[in-house]
Amino acid sequence: MGILMTKQVTKRFGGLVAVDAVEIDIPERAIYSIIGPNGAGKTTFFNCITGFYIPEEGDILFQGESILGLSPDQIARRGIARTYQNIRLFSNMTAVENVLVGQHPHMKAGIFGAIFRPPSVRQEEAQSLQRAVELLHFVGLQGKGNWVARNLAYGDQRRLEIARALANNPKILFLDEPTAGMNPRETAGMTDFIHRLRDELGITIVLIEHDMRVVMGISERIAVLDHGSKIAEGSPLEIQRNPQVIEAYLGREGVEAAQAGSQRRVERAV
Amino acid sequence: MKKESHWLTESVRGGLIGGGVIILLALIGMIGRFAERPVIDGVLVLGRLLMIAVFFAVGYGAARNELLPVTRLLTGILAGAVAGILVDLFVLFGEGVNIRPMFINASPELYEFLAFGNLAMAVVAGAITGLVAAAFRFLPARLRSALLTGLAIMVVIGMLSDQLLLILNNNGLARYVQGWLLAPRGVSVSGAVIASVVIAAISYVQSVRRAGQADQPIAARRPNRLVTATLWVIAVAVLLFLPQVLGPYHSEVLNQVGLFVLMGLGLNIVVGFAGMLDVGYVAFFALGAYVMGMLTSPEGFIAQATGAWNFWEALPVAFVVAVIAGILLGIPVLKIRGDYLTIVTLGFGEIIRLLALSDWLRPYTGGAQGIAAIPPIEIPGLFSISGPDKPQRLFYLVLIACLVAIFVATRLKHSRIGRAWMAVREDEDVAEAMGINLVQTKLLAFAAGAAFSGISGTIFAAKLSTIYPHSFGLLISINILALIIVGGMGNIPGVILGALVLVGLPELLREFSEFRLLVYGAVLIFMMLQRPEGLVPDKPQQLVEEGA
Repeated sequence: MGILMTKQVTKRFGGLVAVDAVEIDIPERAIYSIIGPNGAGKTTFFNCITGFYIPEEGDILFQGESILGLSPDQIARRGIARTYQNIRLFSNMTAVENVLVGQHPHMKAGIFGAIFRPPSVRQEEAQSLQRAVELLHFVGLQGKGNWVARNLAYGDQRRLEIARALANNPKILFLDEPTAGMNPRETAGMTDFIHRLRDELGITIVLIEHDMRVVMGISERIAVLDHGSKIAEGSPLEIQRNPQVIEAYLGREGVEAAQAGSQRRVERAV
Repeated sequence: MKKESHWLTESVRGGLIGGGVIILLALIGMIGRFAERPVIDGVLVLGRLLMIAVFFAVGYGAARNELLPVTRLLTGILAGAVAGILVDLFVLFGEGVNIRPMFINASPELYEFLAFGNLAMAVVAGAITGLVAAAFRFLPARLRSALLTGLAIMVVIGMLSDQLLLILNNNGLARYVQGWLLAPRGVSVSGAVIASVVIAAISYVQSVRRAGQADQPIAARRPNRLVTATLWVIAVAVLLFLPQVLGPYHSEVLNQVGLFVLMGLGLNIVVGFAGMLDVGYVAFFALGAYVMGMLTSPEGFIAQATGAWNFWEALPVAFVVAVIAGILLGIPVLKIRGDYLTIVTLGFGEIIRLLALSDWLRPYTGGAQGIAAIPPIEIPGLFSISGPDKPQRLFYLVLIACLVAIFVATRLKHSRIGRAWMAVREDEDVAEAMGINLVQTKLLAFAAGAAFSGISGTIFAAKLSTIYPHSFGLLISINILALIIVGGMGNIPGVILGALVLVGLPELLREFSEFRLLVYGAVLIFMMLQRPEGLVPDKPQQLVEEGA
């Protein structure tokens, strides 16, 4: 059994079944992608795991324990962190403050500690600040700690979002379209960076991604959602060849056209 | 891009708006009342200044898109002249048709004043002012703002001159400044020139210095230890002797400001830090005051049962009650955000006031009569420090309370908790996904905010010795909110400045109290349009050393 497992997770909005009995099993230290056409329910599925939605049916096991029904902050404390499809930084706070907020659950200072600031709190603040600076270095934002988040360049905002998530000390990190809106060079940089996250920090990565080159290049395992249900799971190669997946992406006619095309190529080769 | 209109249309439109504003101000009686108040002795009255200020604003505004010197100046002249013509037309109309039954202020004297004596003069004055305003645009921005600061402060000095003289007189210093600087009402002519030039110069030098510093690394920007220490010593000395220097009346004004600073700092935690717009904040102030009344006044029902408490015994009780009330208000609003939260807090504030007023609770709260005979605050065994005749003593208690509040608020702001509040303000969902417990964090903000306000209420009760439900109306909540917004949301020095400007100034300018709310509204609108981040914008803390 992997680090995160979902059993028959189902989320309905009124009559619409946004996530339909999805079962996945994510191995520890994997880079795992969830793909699917727009509206397939990928982000809703993320939201179920991170506690924003409570699924009507099914169960979610993290390290063998059910996290179903826990609030988002409790889930975060267990070691699940995420980023967002449309960047959601604390935009009026500085980069380093954003990362410090990420460390919140691991700090202890309460109201009296904050007011009287005893040595233990001072030390905790200094350590957290140092860790925040290290994390900014790790994501490549050195020297930008005092920048107000909203003034950072787009790519830097994405990196800061990841640094903030890393500050949570997650065991598993959910990245919702981390390369959205990036040019090919930035995308390549992000792909390398995601590898580093796994290799250097040993974090399990779960991706939602639209860019097929990224997905196929980086993932070890892929699950495909369509209309809320999982229609396929496997290695990148298996997914690329799966007719159901191709159909979901291109539609039936597209598939036929593609098959006809390859048929012709085969005939010509013969 | 916005379509730029021709300078002719621009100036006529500006002029019409300006003329309309002047007519409006005249009809509500502002110009008439201000005409009686000198700003510069024998030269300029406030009413005239108001008209000129409008002409100036019109010329300055209309010329904003004109880059060519000639059209820029022409725009200014025309805009000012049009405003003057409109005023003249109004005067002519008023002299022909009697509108006094409707507008009681529309007197012949007002018409004469509006027309600058004769009709042509109004147009000429408008045109000249407009020209000056347009020409003013040629100056570099830094110089412009310095000059405006100088003039504005000179006007403030002029309007407060009688009070300044009173204070100086208390200390036997009045004769040194009377004549060359201050007249009994207004500044003298030489004083006006000196004050505006000196202040403009200081402001200019300051802004040049600040601009120079902006390029330096942070470490170099920090003033050195000795300077800071000296400033602290001076500040402490000034604060220690302030009540003696100011005299009883002005100490009382400062006490009033201090109580609002306390509440402002508390509300700033809820609104400025945690981003929850609370407009029922006066409830905690009322609770603090009523707890004090019930415990210490011989009329209070608890005091009757247990014997009267003294201020210091009642203070912690009031504190705890306020905190509990803060949490009780917090619980129902945990799940609601934005506008809905505001409405609930509004209701909460009204509920507390209506409860205090109700017949049902009359045995405990005294109903509409409130609670009287709240004893003054005593330093046990020594002397009393509050009461109607001792504002100078109470000042120190208010000061200590404010200093403690400033300390606590600053510490909280730059802590794990403060960051959690700000994260909740910025994006509640993300904050929660970062492991921040929303329930705890929000309740803590409400409780901390309520505590500050409750303490303020206890001092208020002891200061006045009588409290009525109507002292705790919605307007107080709005006042506190306004002072935070004007001062600079989330910024602690901003709260203090906001309280001085919005509570202190109106108190000093009592003679114009009828226009208080109007000016209040105008100031708020102006601030929101021109400087929404407030007088002292909250800048994020520079936590990281340069280059790290």
